[in-house]
Amino acid sequence: MKQYVNTGNKDTRSGFGAGLHESGKEDTRVMALTADLEGSLKMSDFAKEFPERFIQCGIAEANMIGVAAGLAVTGKIPFVGSFAEFVTGRVYDQIRQEVAYGRTNVKIAASHAGITLGEDGATHQTMEDIALMRALPGMVVINPCDYNQTKAATIAAAKYDGPVYLRFGRPSVPNFTPADAEFEIGKAIVMNEGTDVTVFATGHLVWEALQAAALLEAEGISAEVIDIATIKPLDEEAVLASVGKTGAAVCAEEHNSAGGLGELIAGVLVMNRPAPVEFINGGDRFGQSGTPAGLMAAYGLDAVHIAEAAKKSIARK
Amino acid sequence: MANTNELKRISSQVRRDIIRMVTSAGSGHPGGSMSSADFLTALFFDVMKHDPASWTRDGKGQDMFFLSAGHLSPVYYSLLARSGYFDISELGTFRQLGSRLQGHPCVDKGLPGIFQASGSLGQGLSAAAGAALGKKLDGDSNRVYVLLGDGECEEGQIWEAAMFCAHHKIDNLVAITDWNRQQIDGRVENVAGLVNLKGKWEAFGWEVLECDGHDFAEILDAYAKAGKLCGKGKPVMILMKTEMGKGVDFMEGTHKWHGKATDPEQCEKALSQLEETLGDY
Repeated sequence: MKQYVNTGNKDTRSGFGAGLHESGKEDTRVMALTADLEGSLKMSDFAKEFPERFIQCGIAEANMIGVAAGLAVTGKIPFVGSFAEFVTGRVYDQIRQEVAYGRTNVKIAASHAGITLGEDGATHQTMEDIALMRALPGMVVINPCDYNQTKAATIAAAKYDGPVYLRFGRPSVPNFTPADAEFEIGKAIVMNEGTDVTVFATGHLVWEALQAAALLEAEGISAEVIDIATIKPLDEEAVLASVGKTGAAVCAEEHNSAGGLGELIAGVLVMNRPAPVEFINGGDRFGQSGTPAGLMAAYGLDAVHIAEAAKKSIARK
Repeated sequence: MANTNELKRISSQVRRDIIRMVTSAGSGHPGGSMSSADFLTALFFDVMKHDPASWTRDGKGQDMFFLSAGHLSPVYYSLLARSGYFDISELGTFRQLGSRLQGHPCVDKGLPGIFQASGSLGQGLSAAAGAALGKKLDGDSNRVYVLLGDGECEEGQIWEAAMFCAHHKIDNLVAITDWNRQQIDGRVENVAGLVNLKGKWEAFGWEVLECDGHDFAEILDAYAKAGKLCGKGKPVMILMKTEMGKGVDFMEGTHKWHGKATDPEQCEKALSQLEETLGDY
């Protein structure tokens, strides 16, 4: 199978910070807003170089969304950054009315998404955000898998005209995608070609899916791994082409079962090309305190569980 | 500058539009539309620098108006049409399937003059603050106006925005409150008292003006004072003291007409009290 080299663990939020800084250099319309989390969102390079385009909003997320919308109306390209829970669940109605309804050009930068936020526990760990953002008409939902891809996705989001939800995380994780790859919104990325089963993964689960493919290969099973970096709009053509070939699927995400990638792909398959699907997700429950790696294992969001699910899916063909 | 008699004539027609729109739709919010008709007429026909012919959603080179209390759509649509943003005949489509005049204002149907959707309360001051900041960054010296309802100020986001505007010295923003003291469930003081509204805005770092929102001379004076206060490091609030349902005797001063449409008979009675000055749509 195709080999990916981890060039060194990095957090995806730093990829966002780097992408934001670069976008800020390329386009003077790009702005950054935060609700008292400049450091956590890695916005400091941007804030230092472009202080007039950086707006500290204080701990007032609802107002921040509205301010960003107003800036976007006047032609700016604002990125609003906070923890994923606080720029989705906390401000859902503000995003709905001020951003999505009028296709206002606001980019929602959601850090510390999922259970790998870790020790702070369930109040801060959103496992529902993809469902919430997916439900909004016209919202683009992107969940990149590593530092390089997050940086590229941030740059692509700045260039895209319309609302974008950009989801990334807190912990240092393997950085393995090419540093020079351009991010194409709406395009699934085939990471490894295979013939027996397709593993659709998003975010931190892409690396785990590749490890699972290696485990499966050792057992003589050929797994195709597809990085669904853009959850909405979903690259349905890529999904159907792959399952048309393999006939079985696994969907892996750091998100709860309701409204996530799994339900999305299952829906596409049911309508077009029914096939067995197994799900790797957080189920229907809240997170808890723990280390990121400990939580991923405890919630079954890792390579071993993906490999098991792949075998189950194949057995159901 | 328009004289107060001209403004009175326009606001009488605007009130007729409001009554006729909600009557034909069989729904809508006439109460607050009637209470804000006078000071908004002054804003649109005398105070704001705006040109419907060259309007774009980015508001470049013009003053901008945000309606935070989106249920006041009848007065808003009437003023936009009477200002020339679209033909007055379109007012007859209010709240109908496929209309650009949705129950609450939106931007996705392409109605000129509207910068942001509103309806879910408490959000417009934030958007107006963002637009005002955008203008400052662009070196655009035009102003941003935003209308809030007094009941709407029970929303916490209003006070987030209030703090934000003062902290960031957004002094090209003039907020207006339609202080009619009524909301759907009753008098504001009985529902969730705003106790000392003026003191609250002052404590949040705003310049605050009070005004009789039905006296055109006072209204124009308040806008002039607000204009002079702009550019001095503080946001400006004008508290417009008004009567819900103003202009029609059986609608005045009660919350009952917040969100209830007049029936055809009530409509006739109401219209008999409002002079047709510019021609009905």
